[in-house]
Amino acid sequence: MKLTVNGVPRSFEAPPLKRLLDVLREDLGLTGTKEGCGEGECGACSVLIDGELVNSCLVAVCQADGCSVLTVEGVARNGDLAPVQKCFLDRGGAQCGICTPGMIVAAHRFLECGLPATNENVREAIAGNLCRCTGYAKIVEAIQLAAGQRS
Amino acid sequence: MIPVTSARSLSEAYAILHQRPRGLRVLAGGTDLMVAVNARAGLDRIGHVLDIWKVPELRGISGAGGSLRIGALTTYTELMRSREIATHLPALALVSREVGAWAIQNRGTIGGNVCNASPAGDTLPLLLAAEATFLLGGPRGERTVAAHEFFVGYRKTALGADELLLRVDIPLIEKSHLVYRKVGTRKAQSISRTIVAVRKLAPRDVRIAAGCVAPIPLRCRNAEKAVAAGGDVRAALEQDITPIDDVRATAVYRSRVTGNVLLRLLG
Amino acid sequence: MKHIELEQQGAVGRSPPRKDGADKVTGRARYLDDLNFPGQLWGRTVRSHVAHGRIREIVWDAAFDWTDVVRVTAADIPGENVVHLIEDDQPMLAADVVRHREEPIALLACADREKLEEALAHVRVEIEELEPVLDPLRSTVVFKSYRIEQAPQGLAQAFADARVIEGTYRVGHQEQMYIEPQAVAAIPREDGGITIYGSMQCPFYVHRALQRLLRLDDSQVAVIQVVTGGGFGGKEDYPSVISGHAALLARKARRPVKMIYKREEDVAATTKRHPAVMKYRTAVEADGTLVALEAEIVMDGGAYVTLSPVVASRGVLHAGGAYRWRHARIDCRVVQTHTPPNGAFRGFGVPQTMFAIESHMERVAVALGIDPLELRRKNALQIGDELPTGQKLTSSVSAREVLDVVAARSDYARKRKEYGRSVGEKRRGIGISLAFHGAGFTGTGEVKLKPRAGVELTDRGARVLSVSTDIGQGTITVFSQMAADALGLALDDVEVAENDTSKMPDSGPTVASRTTMVVGGTITRAAAAMARILQGYVAQVHDVPAAEVSCAGGIFSARGRALAPFAAIAKRYLQERGSLRIIENYRHPPEIRFDDATYRGDAYPCYGWAATAVEVEVDLDTYEISLLDVSTATDVGRAIHPVLAEGQVEGGTVQALGYALLEEHVWDQRGRLLNTRMQNYVIPTALDVPRMHTTLLENPYPSGPYGAKGLGELPMDGPAPAVVGAVLHATGKLIPEIPLSPDRVMRAVLS
Ligand SMILES: Cc1cc2nc3c(=O)[nH]c(=O)nc-3n(C[C@H](O)[C@H](O)[C@H](O)COP(=O)(O)OP(=O)(O)OC[C@H]3O[C@@H](n4cnc5c(N)ncnc54)[C@H](O)[C@@H]3O)c2cc1C
Ligand code: FES
Ligand code: FES
Repeated sequence: MKLTVNGVPRSFEAPPLKRLLDVLREDLGLTGTKEGCGEGECGACSVLIDGELVNSCLVAVCQADGCSVLTVEGVARNGDLAPVQKCFLDRGGAQCGICTPGMIVAAHRFLECGLPATNENVREAIAGNLCRCTGYAKIVEAIQLAAGQRS
Repeated sequence: MIPVTSARSLSEAYAILHQRPRGLRVLAGGTDLMVAVNARAGLDRIGHVLDIWKVPELRGISGAGGSLRIGALTTYTELMRSREIATHLPALALVSREVGAWAIQNRGTIGGNVCNASPAGDTLPLLLAAEATFLLGGPRGERTVAAHEFFVGYRKTALGADELLLRVDIPLIEKSHLVYRKVGTRKAQSISRTIVAVRKLAPRDVRIAAGCVAPIPLRCRNAEKAVAAGGDVRAALEQDITPIDDVRATAVYRSRVTGNVLLRLLG
Repeated sequence: MKHIELEQQGAVGRSPPRKDGADKVTGRARYLDDLNFPGQLWGRTVRSHVAHGRIREIVWDAAFDWTDVVRVTAADIPGENVVHLIEDDQPMLAADVVRHREEPIALLACADREKLEEALAHVRVEIEELEPVLDPLRSTVVFKSYRIEQAPQGLAQAFADARVIEGTYRVGHQEQMYIEPQAVAAIPREDGGITIYGSMQCPFYVHRALQRLLRLDDSQVAVIQVVTGGGFGGKEDYPSVISGHAALLARKARRPVKMIYKREEDVAATTKRHPAVMKYRTAVEADGTLVALEAEIVMDGGAYVTLSPVVASRGVLHAGGAYRWRHARIDCRVVQTHTPPNGAFRGFGVPQTMFAIESHMERVAVALGIDPLELRRKNALQIGDELPTGQKLTSSVSAREVLDVVAARSDYARKRKEYGRSVGEKRRGIGISLAFHGAGFTGTGEVKLKPRAGVELTDRGARVLSVSTDIGQGTITVFSQMAADALGLALDDVEVAENDTSKMPDSGPTVASRTTMVVGGTITRAAAAMARILQGYVAQVHDVPAAEVSCAGGIFSARGRALAPFAAIAKRYLQERGSLRIIENYRHPPEIRFDDATYRGDAYPCYGWAATAVEVEVDLDTYEISLLDVSTATDVGRAIHPVLAEGQVEGGTVQALGYALLEEHVWDQRGRLLNTRMQNYVIPTALDVPRMHTTLLENPYPSGPYGAKGLGELPMDGPAPAVVGAVLHATGKLIPEIPLSPDRVMRAVLS
């Protein structure tokens, strides 16, 4: 099977129903993507497949064969934090951090899609990413800040 | 290890269906099926998986011939982005936006919602009220089943073991108006406590359907008749529905709120 | 934010990026599941399928191939079969009687996870079922009871003279629902000892529990906390259980064993917030003056004692709310039921009793026709007032101030008037609550514990030494800020040592809002002591008077003349003298005294204060409640790191709003939990909560480091009753039980 992960082509053997989440973590050594529920509820496992946000715990790897995948490890560019990551740092968007990789990927997707970063829009974009620590306030602020810097 | 066939065309899919492997399960977006697989629920009953995610014939929305034709693999995101849906059936785009959250909307399909046949499937009352028909197909040919005849029991459908749902067709009726209300457990990632849809053709000519109030998503014929006759709609609705208590709501709540919401939607 | 810029130069009071932040936003941070150990096996737990019963037999399917599966039962335990905590009544593995569903009975480990799952399906435990007790009001087994009295001889008269208002308030279980489930790895050692890596709050709890379980001496155990994906109390005592299990498997297998709970298992088996039934009876004068309080509180402890005595104690000590009472008698008992043991959860008994007293204040306001904000202002505690334990408040009291700030911020007066007139199917309302929360351990807790923490010199700065864990709240950053300022160092030159029980002083558990105030204070003193020693050293080296040497921004100077960079001095010191390590004991303010026997005295050295205003819209078609606006004002003494402090307030507030509106456990008649998934135990998403207005106030606690007092739990206490008040305002119905689910709202509205 083949995936392009964070821009790098990778090939590997795996049972076709193996979760993309497990392939990333176990076969490709990318442990940034987390598991919080294994049922699509928490979003800790969020990655992009061909640019669209998915829960990697619900994707059988055979369905991603040949696709390009972006994980949290691919959001930073050339070792520099992406602006959205810097904003999470400045605004306190990460506490325990277990939801953060998924949040960053969801935030990254939101920023790419070009919708205005209103409170409502940002909240809708991360509504599938549960955070039990922050109460979301600082995460929303961080994403809005990053959106402001882009425009 | 469960074998998987990832079909790249309808004929490849039909070839597998023709062989009728034991314990065959169809995999579309996986947002229902993978939850079960991960929880090992009924895993021993899955003998072979037919992955249809990349079957191009099952995608796409068109507004031809007086009806909206929605490919079974159409995702919620696609429904939300579609010009056809926005023009002809905006309620379907709105309900899609209330399904799960972005990641689920990107993978979950209308066909999966229909074939999963949960009484809480959010598009199903809309499809029932809109008098949708389902185009089923397999190696033995194609057939059309009306939505209200498709759901035959708790998570049981009229789909044959060697059939796929190919398409959902919704008749476009001039000046008709589809409205609905989902009452969920929270504002996203939410399963419905009750959901009601009404298609208004004329002030007294309506189609009513509801979810989470019976073992199947339900057309509410008694309530429709009561509207037509100017009778007691709430009492008639009680004749249609058989809600139960579960972890999300009590039967008493479901029946009261389904009635309230229906009356509000009727205006 | 009202913010006092005292030390412009220093790190304290500013909000630098958290030290562990870059790793967290890039996915580099390693949680337990991200670590692998050579030769590791995976562990699983065989659990009870009944709530109460007698174990007859563990049946291992003879047809199954067990060769590569390690099996452990109670018979394999080398030491005592207990989860050591307060009473030691909970077995590590049930051997004869099971007292709750999902109680651990046996353990399995295997290298192949698929096979492990299959193995689990081939073990059966035969249990003779006994009748479970599920209703705490019917339970006859009392784990612990308390009574607090203030001028009780006048109670009867007070109730005879004034208006009597009564109410009963109920709260159910609440799930911590940290996003990272319980996770540990146990590595057996050559010396027969064990090393644990795990997601946890209190490494020394685990350390001591393992000593008892495995009969090991202190040096044979090392417990290392790894990056922890949330705790909220749920990783206070439970990690002792799962670590014990992993250790038993690892010892038998002689290989590392990793145990990570599945979400459903975590929810079904681990601790939750204590449910409570709370009867309040108050005597109140017509002008709204509170006179006397009688309360009877029953908490459901679940199957074993675990932390129940301390949870109940804290609950009862806050049961009178942030108000002045002339007379009080508060009784509380925590009892056994056949459900999983209830344990620590942010707030620790206070969210329960604060819900009761604050909802009761709403009832009083209605009965007397007084605005609930006015009623609260009138009776709010002030300096010089006494609590029901007789504790006289002498400093850092902000009850009125937080109320006033939040009232202004939320535009309370206008909305109170306007919303009162709303009609139609959507009704709006605004409610306010007042809460307080004692910081640090209750009573003599800190004195008995004798927490220790310190700093050591590194070749560029200092390293903080403690076992206080960063579970997201920012301990690493806050400790570094405190030490940096005490030493005159840049924040980057202070690091925090790995949290390892075999190397670090025992600074006590990370609970009770004690970390910043108690441990941070101790670290600050240790750092100050180190600063004095280094000043002396610099004085010697540069031949200047020690009293004139100071360090700022990492440069030692005297009389305005720069002498040497800190790093140079540190290197030289270390070369000459080897090391500099200073461990301090916590110093309890001597004037703070409490009598554990009579429950009289100063239960806590100081209190944090918070007010919450919540605006709701109630849909009378669906009985759903939407939050329109939430404002909080919180007195934290001193915000060492304002962004982290706000994060604590906002995060706690949203957990409390979940408690108020969404979160409810549903049990069947036989004690089985029916909603064990994230799908059916629902916590708030980003769309369920509105933008929040957070105000931090700084009313310093004189004995706290830089004036700081505890903060972590306070935000959990007030929001739920504020929602009750808002719904009362919107609908005219006081609903004395949370969550305010649509079902409950419907019943109230239709009644
Ligand atoms: C976190 C989360 C939130 C959710 N929220 C909602 C919600 O708000 N509302 C809601 O209604 N649902 C919700 N769901 C359920 C699910 O997303 C929907 O039912 C979705 O439409 C299923 O589509 P799918 O393509 O993912 O189905 P799959 O999981 O691929 O399949 C579902 C079932 O249908 C069968 N099937 C699928 N397509 C076909 C076909 N073309 N022909 C024959 N059989 C087929 C499969 O064999 C399987 O039995 C949620 C799920 C999750 C995990
Ligand atoms: S682990 Fe995939 S959504 Fe929770
Ligand atoms: S930061 Fe802990 S769950 Fe989000």
